Amino acid sequence: MKTTVRIGCGAGYAGDRIEPAVELAEHGRLDYLVFECLAERTIALAQQAKAADPAAGFDPLLVDRMNAVLPICRRNGVRIVTNMGAASPEAAAAAVRRCAHELGLIGLRVAAVTGDDVLATVKNGVFTVAETGQAIADTAGTVVSANAYIGAEPIVEALARGADVVITGRTADPSLFVGPLMHAFDWRANDWPMLGRGTLAGHLLECAGQVTGGYFADPGKKDVPGLARLGFPLAEVSRDGAAVITKVSGSGGAVTVRTCKEQLLYEVHDPSKYVTPDVVADFSQVCLQQDGSDRVRVSGATGMARPELLKVALGVRDGFIGEGQISYAGEGAEARARLAAGIVIERLNLRDLDIADLRVDVIGIDALHGSDHERARPRPYEVRLRISGRTSTLRHALGIGGEVEALYTNGPAGGGGAVKSAREVLAVLSTFVPRDLVPCRVAIEEA
Amino acid sequence: MKLRQIAHSRAGDKGSTLNVSLIAYEARTFRHLEAHVTAERVRAHFSEFVQGQVTRYLVPSIGAMNFVLQSALGGGVTRSLALDAHGKSLSSLLLEMEIPDPPEMPGDDGS
Repeated sequence: MKTTVRIGCGAGYAGDRIEPAVELAEHGRLDYLVFECLAERTIALAQQAKAADPAAGFDPLLVDRMNAVLPICRRNGVRIVTNMGAASPEAAAAAVRRCAHELGLIGLRVAAVTGDDVLATVKNGVFTVAETGQAIADTAGTVVSANAYIGAEPIVEALARGADVVITGRTADPSLFVGPLMHAFDWRANDWPMLGRGTLAGHLLECAGQVTGGYFADPGKKDVPGLARLGFPLAEVSRDGAAVITKVSGSGGAVTVRTCKEQLLYEVHDPSKYVTPDVVADFSQVCLQQDGSDRVRVSGATGMARPELLKVALGVRDGFIGEGQISYAGEGAEARARLAAGIVIERLNLRDLDIADLRVDVIGIDALHGSDHERARPRPYEVRLRISGRTSTLRHALGIGGEVEALYTNGPAGGGGAVKSAREVLAVLSTFVPRDLVPCRVAIEEA
Repeated sequence: MKLRQIAHSRAGDKGSTLNVSLIAYEARTFRHLEAHVTAERVRAHFSEFVQGQVTRYLVPSIGAMNFVLQSALGGGVTRSLALDAHGKSLSSLLLEMEIPDPPEMPGDDGS
């Protein structure tokens, strides 16, 4: 049995770069390559795509990614685990088999993990929305998707049954990494300290470039070389759960104690209770040590018993947002932007549009962090007015951007570069369901 | 001095809850940060955003602390009207906070 597993992360979100994954597959001497591509909202959007077309609903870049890495992974013995199945793991698995067939990779074993879709369960049960306390049954018409965050166990089953590629839907991000580690090291599903350590490795890897120097650089304070060629991370994980985070030699970026610290706390609340479907991990005593260039040794995580309830991401229809932007420059730019905003607000009132919230930002002054005037000085040469509002219909949402655009011929002097947009809002809320209501299934077919 | 001179930060979102880390560049300044960057000060510093509770978690083993700000993101990335709906840029706001200079320590080279 192996003493060290090398596991890489080939994507940290749905639209991530593809070449770093190819580099990892080619030169990472990997056992496993994981693609994490499902944000809170992505799964809800995928469910809508699936409703429109049953053959859709999986990651739009799935085929591009598989075409890029499958031949290399097959040659190098790298097994792939991903949540790119989104709302349609079976359709995604079929697409991967077609892809393998076209590449001549006959016999490739592709697993689909299903069971995370709990829409019928939550609509017909007595569940409440965690954020609002409202009963889901009372608002069932607006709930378009419900996907439970599932854990590592179905992945372990798929790997034990010989899958070369494992495609899941709403598997929790760190569980995509914990699954291969449990399989490789024969960690039990109730070995909480080990699962806590595996979860830490997975958490550090799951956002790909965010641990290798991406989202870190701040010139003069924190410089990072080669960001256009950022290498994605891999972990060398030992049987005892300790890990070294590193990347392919010669790739861009940097793996330092500092890059790892930033990622360690990213999207974490209480560091001593990081809840996943597999374990409640404890990162509060973690130790990070530089272990040579672009190598950081990670130890000290542990864990406690997993939760009995699984979190569910609910996609809920929540009206529309309309937006318009226009720029002003030179002396008096801000005054003209403020005048323009006043005109648009008055126009929206005159037209009696049904707008629940309206927000005015002057980009360059107060858009990101509010109107604290000490922070807002000195005044910039140019500003951009942005007006956004929430409406109950698409027509009214379009009215907001329309009024901003009409500033061209009706507003203050020198406005330029107007753009407008309107979109439906798919809010993501949450609920919790007992795990025995979320039975998962693994189906494996060969290309 | 501004926090940015002695610490770095990253912000993350879960629904309408924001987390912002604060990480000392040098372990020896961690206690100084702990003394001056309290949950109350962060609440005041983020008063234009946060409507719920602000909690501070300490992770001394890596010289870091983590602030969790409830109801700080206008309903979260999916429904916020904000330009930065994730609140990702709020790490930079934390680093603008002013605190007293840390006491000089033996071995300081002034850099």
